[in-house]
Amino acid sequence: MKKLMLGNEAIARGAYEAGVHVATAYPGTPSTEITEAIAKYNEVYSEWSPNEKVALEVAIGASIAGGRAICSMKHVGLNVATDPLFTVSYTGVNGGLVICVADDPGMHSSQNEQDSRHYAKAAKIPMLEPSDSQECKYYIQKALELSERFDTPFIIRLTTRISHSQSFVDLGERVEVPVKPYNKDFNKYVMMPGMARKRREVVEERMNKLNSFANETDLNQIIWGADNKIGVITSGVAYQYSKEAFGDISFLKLGMVHPLPEKLIAEFASKVETLYVIEELDPFIEEFLKQNGIKCIGKEKLPTMGEYSASLLRQKLLGLEEGNSVAVEENIPGRPPVLCPGCPHRGVFYTLKKNKLAVTGDIGCYTLGSLPPLESMDTCICMGASIGVAHGMEKVMGNEQKRVAVIGDSTFIHSGITGLIDVVYNKGTSTVIILDNSITGMTGHQHNPATGYTIKGEKTRQVDLVQLCKAIGVDRVTVCDPFELDEFDKIIKEETSIDEPSVIIAQRPCALLKTVKYKGKVRVNDNCIYCKACMRIGCPAIVDTGNSIVINEALCVGCDLCMEVCKFDAFEKVGDTNE
Amino acid sequence: MSNISIMIAGVGGQGTLLTSRVLGAAAIKAGYDVKMSEVHGMAQRGGSVITYVKLGDKVNSPVIEKGEADILLCFEKLEALRYLDYIKKDGIVIVNDQKIDPMPVIIGKQKYPEDITTKLSSNYSNVYIIDALEVAANLGNIKVLNIVMVGFLAKSTNIKKENWYEAIRETVKEKFIDINIKAFDEGYRMADNYSR
Repeated sequence: MKKLMLGNEAIARGAYEAGVHVATAYPGTPSTEITEAIAKYNEVYSEWSPNEKVALEVAIGASIAGGRAICSMKHVGLNVATDPLFTVSYTGVNGGLVICVADDPGMHSSQNEQDSRHYAKAAKIPMLEPSDSQECKYYIQKALELSERFDTPFIIRLTTRISHSQSFVDLGERVEVPVKPYNKDFNKYVMMPGMARKRREVVEERMNKLNSFANETDLNQIIWGADNKIGVITSGVAYQYSKEAFGDISFLKLGMVHPLPEKLIAEFASKVETLYVIEELDPFIEEFLKQNGIKCIGKEKLPTMGEYSASLLRQKLLGLEEGNSVAVEENIPGRPPVLCPGCPHRGVFYTLKKNKLAVTGDIGCYTLGSLPPLESMDTCICMGASIGVAHGMEKVMGNEQKRVAVIGDSTFIHSGITGLIDVVYNKGTSTVIILDNSITGMTGHQHNPATGYTIKGEKTRQVDLVQLCKAIGVDRVTVCDPFELDEFDKIIKEETSIDEPSVIIAQRPCALLKTVKYKGKVRVNDNCIYCKACMRIGCPAIVDTGNSIVINEALCVGCDLCMEVCKFDAFEKVGDTNE
Repeated sequence: MSNISIMIAGVGGQGTLLTSRVLGAAAIKAGYDVKMSEVHGMAQRGGSVITYVKLGDKVNSPVIEKGEADILLCFEKLEALRYLDYIKKDGIVIVNDQKIDPMPVIIGKQKYPEDITTKLSSNYSNVYIIDALEVAANLGNIKVLNIVMVGFLAKSTNIKKENWYEAIRETVKEKFIDINIKAFDEGYRMADNYSR
């Protein structure tokens, strides 16, 4: 049966069919749907782990125990997981182990644009890169098999356009793969210097074997075109762009991007007149060619930033100008993403701005609090960084000028806890606001240890954030509702004036959760004097017509925050208020 | 057959992703090769959202580029203006006559452009501005405006009506099938009236 599937869904399907036993992940765009899709298969144990490092460690454990395991994350998630990654390269596997990492060229939803292929090389782990959904399915099956054959973890590199594009996939049946016997093996799985040195040699031998394998495998293919004037070496979605731009020329399409097939590349290069290397981001393949003395055209003509496209290739490599489109007028208002109507974070940022506090921020929906009109965020670096950054700023600027760290519930669990321990241990006085909206929001509503539900929606033990913060040594932990603006303002003022660390848990569930039902909608009445104070909360449902304020009823969810803000009682509730 | 490129533009929350899925499913039923591309994440929070659906004998790149779209299906007027340069000279533009102010307009930093209809029509001869929102509201659920749009677009393709119905049935949640079929029919009828 043929089905249209996202690259991510195809990875999940392939893992399922290949008999995978365990799937772990921390959600991150564009990788999230892999594990969401796997969670639908009851034959596979799946989990949202607290972060990518734990996710990989769990997958490693599953593999050592003899099961097949996959672990998925976005590119920046791999940074978090690199510690186990570099050493599991040494231990190798028992059951097949595959790490799926989704890069985000063009940074559609990421804070940087790193190229994960460098990790494969640095950690000496083989890496595959599919170019459509069908290949996603095939490559994950192949990777699990090869992982066992070569006793190594494999990495599958995806990019946004592979993860989030749909194309046809042939569905097969699941093949149950028996769990391999587990044998305690001190020399293989306990990496102390003495054992690690021996394993280091094993890694080197393995890379030699994989070097030869790369030249023989069907993962790498030469596709000869009508003539050999132009040859292109490429992989992943860049293959699709190249095919679209050049048509029937010759391709060396690489499915395995580490290690690269030296002989195959040399053979292909020797038979074509002009050789292009087409790869998004860094010149990873190109540098390998140049090291081997093979002449090619790559980054001298093509960018090392952003996504490629067929027209970009036509323009940069063939000198063809695109002239087929009309001009768009300038000054079209942008449409940046915004906090949703009813978003609990709106109350937090409104109050922080009012108090002119410096705010160290973190990764999640609430990062949107940095945009106008709320504009209340000074920094955003990576998952969990808000707390450490606040502490570092205090050590330079002192605690005269007040600042707070804001971090989501899921992000706090991911990597904020250690930052808070640092503040307490090293005598900081930062105030940390945990934005507890009862869900992992930005990636599309995943459960986490603070929600009390598993990936399959089963009830489980719930991390008690108050007890956790107290156990760390924070004496002042306050739980409050960010929509009770007066009370919230009072708490903020108090906690930021105290000379000790404090935590405010701002609790109100995400407005998009099905369990959240506000009643009725808001309407503007005659009391409105058009002071525009309500515009400061940045609610998309409040519209300034130029001489009056009106509510966009299609957007209003009836959260009432505007009623809290207005000093003139100019907002009133209409509709199903008695329901 | 040469490939058909359909670009869907809208505002996060308007149902563009579901629309592309219905389009894709219908194209499969009609026997085409299909590729679709979408971007998740930041765009879902009320931002500008675009998805691509490409169908034909063999589709390579999943992405539609400037000057390549045969059809632009647009759920909000400003978004039609924003992606104007993606449409082919003889392309079809179908726009839902709805205005959703983006944040720079809401906070008074920029003005919502005027005369969008004129601007579209002066560049393209096949421009259809339809009030899908009103049709959806009359059906009792404004969310089905996306399928009203699909119904209108269906007239511009070679895909049979039955294929569209099947696609809707297998894409939307069961309890919403009936209203979505009605929405499709309404859109289809509107296109009929246009062509008469």
